[in-house]
Amino acid sequence: MGHPIGRRRLLQGAAGAAAAGTLAGCALGGDDSTTDNSGPASAANPLGVKEDAPLEVVIFNGGFGEEYAKAHQAAYRQRYPKAEVKHSATQQIAETLQPRFVAGDPPDVVDNSGGSQIDFNGLVSQGALTDLGPLLDAPSLDDPGTKVRDTLLPGIVDAGSYDGRFLALNYAYSAYGIWYSRKLFDDRGWQYPKTWADMIALCKTIKAAGIAPWTYPGKHSRYMSWPILASAGKLGGLEVIKAIDNLEPNAWKHEAVRAAAEAYHQLAVDGFLQPGAAGMDHIQAQTEWCRGHAAFISCGSWLENEQKAVTPPGFRMAVAPTPSLTAGDTMPFEAFRGAGAEPFVVPAKAKNVRGGLEYLRVMLSKQGAADFTRTVSSLACVTGSSAGIELGPGLASVTELLAAARGTTFTWLYSAYYRKLEREPVDAATAELFAKRIDAAGWTEKCQRAADQFARDPAVKKYKRA
Amino acid sequence: MRGKRLFIAVFLLPPLLLYGVFVVSPYAQAFQIAGTDWRGLSPEFEFVGADNFRRLLGDGYFWNALRHNGVLLLLLPVATILLGLFLASMISVGGRADRAGVHGVRGAGVYRVVYFFPQVLSVAIIGVLWKEMYAPHTGLINGTLRAVGLDGLARPWLGDPRFAFWCVLVVLVWANVGFYVVLFGAAMQSIPRDIYEAALLDGASRATTLVRITVPLLWDTIQVAWVYLAIIAIDGFAVVQIITDGGPSYSSDVVGLRLYRTAFGDAQFGYASAIGVAMFFLTLSVAVLFLRATHRDRVER
Repeated sequence: MGHPIGRRRLLQGAAGAAAAGTLAGCALGGDDSTTDNSGPASAANPLGVKEDAPLEVVIFNGGFGEEYAKAHQAAYRQRYPKAEVKHSATQQIAETLQPRFVAGDPPDVVDNSGGSQIDFNGLVSQGALTDLGPLLDAPSLDDPGTKVRDTLLPGIVDAGSYDGRFLALNYAYSAYGIWYSRKLFDDRGWQYPKTWADMIALCKTIKAAGIAPWTYPGKHSRYMSWPILASAGKLGGLEVIKAIDNLEPNAWKHEAVRAAAEAYHQLAVDGFLQPGAAGMDHIQAQTEWCRGHAAFISCGSWLENEQKAVTPPGFRMAVAPTPSLTAGDTMPFEAFRGAGAEPFVVPAKAKNVRGGLEYLRVMLSKQGAADFTRTVSSLACVTGSSAGIELGPGLASVTELLAAARGTTFTWLYSAYYRKLEREPVDAATAELFAKRIDAAGWTEKCQRAADQFARDPAVKKYKRA
Repeated sequence: MRGKRLFIAVFLLPPLLLYGVFVVSPYAQAFQIAGTDWRGLSPEFEFVGADNFRRLLGDGYFWNALRHNGVLLLLLPVATILLGLFLASMISVGGRADRAGVHGVRGAGVYRVVYFFPQVLSVAIIGVLWKEMYAPHTGLINGTLRAVGLDGLARPWLGDPRFAFWCVLVVLVWANVGFYVVLFGAAMQSIPRDIYEAALLDGASRATTLVRITVPLLWDTIQVAWVYLAIIAIDGFAVVQIITDGGPSYSSDVVGLRLYRTAFGDAQFGYASAIGVAMFFLTLSVAVLFLRATHRDRVER
């Protein structure tokens, strides 16, 4: 020991090395170049795909798994035998792909879903996504006379559009509503209620029969914000929902929203919620429901697939629209929230943008949609994806719902525009509402305050729903 | 002389280089990113100066999370060390004294192994395990309460903001105490048995021997334990994220989770880095304060 100068020199050297490392492996840096991988467009190849350009697809390996994507890739390979198709699947979309977006080297198609979805607000505001407009106007794979746009179910273009540009294709179609077991209801002679007064009356009967009328996932209480907003939309009209999407002042305090919150708060006040539900996650609550410990649960149509392992035979789950709050509701009872899920995007800096669009066109073909519906028992976002396929009872009820609604389906977009608003403050406020720590006015107050914060935050890009 | 220096440098440089690239450089970059509005998806960003830090000062969610880390910092080391000391002394010297001298309670070897079990499990498994233990209807905790007739005490533990945070604290203590039982136990082995025997002959009670003999002789080990546990308390991310995800209503949020959500949930890497930088200074201050305190302690002695 006793060489202070030597030590200091070593430390300086280390600092220098660190500085070099900073420059070399900088998280902020990136390559800006893009290669043009397009070929000549023709009737057989309307999107101008370059035949031998490789295609990379990243799938979210969640509720739907990854098998369906392999069928789509096989179909793509059949059309372009010279193209090499690279498939990968992950649950950590953001963690895996964020560095690749920065480096300017994203995959060609990304299924941007799941708990660690890359925030759309960030993707869109940084121009990281390709406009899928050319896909909408291209002829469908099955019929050159029909545009892809016209094969989509209602709401799909809306839900993927940001300031008028169609950037995300929500491939799976989900119906959101209130689920019950047809077997339970048939056995007991109960009828699904069409009005809120009937709902409260039926809840009394159910409770008297020793079953909890409702259960809900208290740890993800936003599931219960869905029937509230759906009822508010049906009561006051789509304008009420649009005001919320556009972060308008006092949108959440609209009379219809407050009335809907009050109606559902009544379930907590009257003791119609399963005791303990406040501490359950979605799987725990859904399993309680499958075991017949509760009659109603709010969910989307992925429920059937998610609960496949624990649903008793003959349970016959079915989904129904939210009951009408009043006789003077703006929308009919049959109206429900129908929306896309599993947003597929083509990154703007993808090496094979044309191939990415074509891949989506393959997915939207009759064959592609049927492959999806058969593999994951969920509807795809194109009309008739369930034709000729034997559906489970839950999915069959979704198709009935869709037929009965006759175009009156609707959805909100604030949860896609401002994901955090739904995932954090609205979720938290809804948990408070159903734990009876606040009332309906308190709920609208909390949600409005959070929405106002988003409206003021300069770091959040705002979108306008037309 | 020169040859010796070269010799040392040859051995020191590679690890220092690795340390620079994988530890120092990310830290340095965090400072740089904290001064930008980088959103993490493109190479474009602008320098915004101290804006992120100004925003931090007014961010109620951040302060709420920081408060929870503060409570953890106070309670987790104290609870874990006290419990660890108690269990370790029961295992080492808690048994009846007989002619063979002082030894642990019957079955001490088994306890030593059992207490260490949680240490073998990964944090993810501990999280999932306890999440199910706390489940309102199917969970072991409410199940046990109901089985012994204490139905009134059964609660939706993780669904109630009054309990969720404390539930997480219990898990953190459970997950860590085993390691300190082993650590303290090993340290106690080096305390000569005759000290205990002499104390017992003089009529000292178990509690007295623990406070007057064991703790002073283990003081250095306890200090090390405190530092480790303080680091765990300032983090706490993994267990919180799995068990409560910060809820309900932010009642169990911690700074690590806030940082993660800001970066990967909201794609605001600039602001998230500012949170990281704030945490860096906080951890540093805690460490400095602690070193100062223990230094004085030694001087006084």
